[in-house]
Amino acid sequence: MAVHASDYPPPFVASQFVAEPTDPVDERIEVGVLIVGAGPAGLACAIRLGQLLEEHPEVADRLGDVPVAVVEKGKQPGSHLVSGAVINPRAFHRLFKGRYRLEDLPSYGPVHGEAVYVLARRNSLRIPPPPTMRNHGNWIFSLSQLARWLAERAEEGGAMILPETSAVTLLVSHGRVVGIRTGDKGRGRDGEPMGNYEPGADLVAKVTVLAEGTQGHLTGVALDRFGLGGSEPQVWELGVKEVWRVPRPLRSVVHTMGWPLRTRARYREFGGSFIYPMGDEMLTIGMVVGLDYRDVELSPHDLLQELKTHPKIAKLLQGGERIGWGAKTIPSGGFHALPQRLHAPGLLLCGDGVGMVNVPRLKGIHYAIESGRLAAESAFASLQRGATPATSLASYDAAVRESFIYRDLEEVRDMRQVFGRGFFVGGALASAMTVSKGRLEIGKLRAEPDAEQPLIRTGRAATYPAADGKLTFDKLSSVFLSGNKTRDDQPSHIRVAQKVHRDVADLWVHMCPAQVYEVGPSDGDETVTVQVSPSNCVQCGAITAKGGRLTPPEGGSGPEYTLT
Amino acid sequence: MKIAVCVKHVPEGSSKIDAASKRLDRSGEGALNRFDANAVEEALRLKGDGDSEVVVVSLGPPKAADSLRKALAMGADRAVLVSDDAAAGSDLVATSRLLGKALEREAADLVLFGQQASDSDGAVLWAAVAERLQRPVVSQAAELAVDGGTLRVKRQTEFGYDIIEAPLPAVVAVSDAINEPRYPSLKGIMGAKKKPFDTLSLQDVGVDAADAGEAGSRTTVIGLGEPPARGDARKIEGDGDAAQAIVDFLAEKRLI
Amino acid sequence: MSILVFVEHHGNELQKGSLGVLTKAASLGDADVAAVLVGAGVTALASEAGKFGAAKVFVADGDAFEPPLPQARVDVLAKVAQENGYDTILLANSVLAADIAAGLSARLDAGLNWDLVDITSDFTGKRPALQDSVYVDVGWTSTPRIALFRAGSFDAAATAGGEPEVVDVAAELSPHSQSAKVVGQELEESTGPSIEDADIIVAGGRGLGAPESFTLAEELARALGGAVGATRAVVDAGWYPYAAQIGQTGKVVSPKLYVALGISGAIQHKVGMQSSNVIVAINKDPNAPIFEFSDLGVVGDVHEVVPKLTELVKQRKSA
Repeated sequence: MAVHASDYPPPFVASQFVAEPTDPVDERIEVGVLIVGAGPAGLACAIRLGQLLEEHPEVADRLGDVPVAVVEKGKQPGSHLVSGAVINPRAFHRLFKGRYRLEDLPSYGPVHGEAVYVLARRNSLRIPPPPTMRNHGNWIFSLSQLARWLAERAEEGGAMILPETSAVTLLVSHGRVVGIRTGDKGRGRDGEPMGNYEPGADLVAKVTVLAEGTQGHLTGVALDRFGLGGSEPQVWELGVKEVWRVPRPLRSVVHTMGWPLRTRARYREFGGSFIYPMGDEMLTIGMVVGLDYRDVELSPHDLLQELKTHPKIAKLLQGGERIGWGAKTIPSGGFHALPQRLHAPGLLLCGDGVGMVNVPRLKGIHYAIESGRLAAESAFASLQRGATPATSLASYDAAVRESFIYRDLEEVRDMRQVFGRGFFVGGALASAMTVSKGRLEIGKLRAEPDAEQPLIRTGRAATYPAADGKLTFDKLSSVFLSGNKTRDDQPSHIRVAQKVHRDVADLWVHMCPAQVYEVGPSDGDETVTVQVSPSNCVQCGAITAKGGRLTPPEGGSGPEYTLT
Repeated sequence: MKIAVCVKHVPEGSSKIDAASKRLDRSGEGALNRFDANAVEEALRLKGDGDSEVVVVSLGPPKAADSLRKALAMGADRAVLVSDDAAAGSDLVATSRLLGKALEREAADLVLFGQQASDSDGAVLWAAVAERLQRPVVSQAAELAVDGGTLRVKRQTEFGYDIIEAPLPAVVAVSDAINEPRYPSLKGIMGAKKKPFDTLSLQDVGVDAADAGEAGSRTTVIGLGEPPARGDARKIEGDGDAAQAIVDFLAEKRLI
Repeated sequence: MSILVFVEHHGNELQKGSLGVLTKAASLGDADVAAVLVGAGVTALASEAGKFGAAKVFVADGDAFEPPLPQARVDVLAKVAQENGYDTILLANSVLAADIAAGLSARLDAGLNWDLVDITSDFTGKRPALQDSVYVDVGWTSTPRIALFRAGSFDAAATAGGEPEVVDVAAELSPHSQSAKVVGQELEESTGPSIEDADIIVAGGRGLGAPESFTLAEELARALGGAVGATRAVVDAGWYPYAAQIGQTGKVVSPKLYVALGISGAIQHKVGMQSSNVIVAINKDPNAPIFEFSDLGVVGDVHEVVPKLTELVKQRKSA
């Protein structure tokens, strides 16, 4: 009898996070356009709005004291951002239109060379980069650093950025999104208000743009409330990465496939690794694994540690020092998992939150930026005198459909799904698809939600290296390195069933890169209690993919990434 | 009543010392020194709903404005930042001189400090500033009240508590046990941007460059060293004589 | 060189920390070392200061000096230092001494280095920084120099020295030195020290096995006269209250002695206690990270070792 994580649904009801505004009208905080999330999508939206409002001061005047507000749950923009990142610059050109050149952005320069390897335990085979992995013309960034730079540009354009502010409830009135309610601060472990309790506030706006990134809380709530789900369920990958100071510079952008992931179809271990130079003195190395894996003991963090022991990779890192670590999920359902509509009354949806990621190319940031820019234009149009908001917001959907976002995602629409058939079969099919530019129809393969995968045990954890503190590291010291200093005595933000089958508990224990879950006492049969340490959580989102639900903790909690 | 609160913008998280300048590497992100948040909170409690004015004052680089804005978001009325390249590297003598001058301009009835700075762990600044201002100083305040022109403080010492009274104007350093700092409300954060914020140079506060920064300091950092190895770390295996060995060790270290 | 040491007293006793600094001063080569005593009735304590290395003791004795307030002491020290040309003034840290040292620094425009754990005979101070993870050498660019030492940096050693010369100081007090008044006192309730103030902390972690085993920590703490702490893991699991949590997101402590029972030593805990003077760890796991930074590590079962230890401590204390 196979066990699935989905057998133990979390105590989470999306409709509980939708409400009318409750603050007295004169206490509600009014802004013009409200953007949730200071990531690349949200900040691009804020920047574009700033440009438009500068050209049209008459519209700005009607938006009150705060025409554009961006709320961010992290300590500052970038604190919760993790990515590679090799970015396609086309979205920057469209956003800045010559006002800033690529050289003005805080990058690590253009990609100089590319190498792809298929790894085995002790050796490697270099293969020509598959057509989807050609990065010529792309530039290397730290997404966290980029966000800080974008935030400065957004503020220069007049946006008000409000960090340490979580968006917990979607405010809906007469079927229309009118804003969000921010999270409370100063509650104790059992929810009791403490001495410095500060309740959240109703933030109302004429247009709300959700740019929350992967596993966006209100995005999920909105998709449910307005019935916007795509034809396929969304699925995710988990990426865990480190930043290293190294004595010898890496010159090329490197991707690997194969070891330590297993290739047989029954394991469903889809993914690979990336190693990107960050200037001459640093590099970043990360492991990305599809969360549709089945082995209970699969641990993406430990796979990264194992990866580093490969002779070729250990050599790269020798004499170096680990200076950063981070983990975050990536939506990988692609085209088929996009919501059927990206807007609702008063609402626009952008970026990773709705799955705008091209998995075969490992690219999503330029789509996020472009979607943010398009959202700004639609939001602006809806604020014009005489505009019909409903039509204007619908124009966002049309704009996205006509953009390169849609075109690219459609081209690679079935690629992720074929890898469910195993690496070798999948690889061949994927290449065939690329070469045909997506015109090869292999028939739509149904994707199952990650949590519905049957669980197996293969003793996989035996290969994980013990942490030596120099090349390989344990989870707790990694969480520390992420800058996570989350206040312990606040209510737990993680919703999971408390008593689950042993297999599900072990699944979560290994899956979580931050050691949030532990197997507690057994209840005699195969069920155990799950112990949760929510203050370790770096809000990667993996738990939502695999049977639980992540909600936002108190604003300001979580990691404080700077170089990821 | 006018209350001035001295606050410091300190580096966050795992800080490092910059090998070249031998000063604390302040290039990363910073935040309001958490002990100063207690002082801001106490000032706001004393103000209550009345019409006292709470001014937050800081000496630091332009980035220190972030911490001052956090204090404004909590509810302070006005912020003053003394920022000048010539002031970088100021030690206690130079810092207390600069802050003293800035505070003289404010002529506050009460000057509050937090109990220490998390970056230099210095628990001393207020006494030096009080000397510059020629005012009575009370530190380690676990409770604070103002009645008319008199200050009443419950001061925590190694031996218990002293109840101290002093006439205003006075300088007080509050302990972190005195209160739990409030979270700024969203309204507070948004309103902070509109509150008065003055940036002053050395010239504005009337201090010569020779009396500030390294030039005006009387102490110096010579270099970095490794901490002395923790003596000979000893390890014992097994339960048998472990307890006796521990007792002997503690006796040797004069701990029992 | 001529060194002035502020010697603090409480009741009729000279504080051990000050006597330690005095001992150190006397050992710095041929320094001319003097002590300063300020209080009501302190003249009687002068000869004791002599035993610890002061050739001369300046005494400011009077009712005005009875309250343990800093500013009058600044007046006295400033006068003594200036009139007699002392180039170095040393203090042992305490709530009172910190205020005196800083006030004196501003009064004399004299450099103050604090939190020192040592000083050389050519006046280089040694200062731990960043939670004791690095040490910094610090100096002074002019005289007089003021140094404030961490409590317990030096052991007090009495010598067979002769009687010191006792000099009465008649200091004029500044107006602002006289305006604060002590109007009452409350002594510490002896329910044991709080974690922040405790000189000794016994902390328990998951290795204790079960919440009931925390009594092991409590009894040892009681025997040693210390406070009880806990790791985040056990607080999360509900074994002990949050107020006792030591670590990155709990309390940061630096007691003289930290006894870690069943604690692995993950970094989140380490940063909360790594600057403790002496660390003793008992853990079943020989590879526990805590053994990398403890002074005495015992690989053993807390349930076997701790009860015996508590008994031996009690015996020794009553002997």
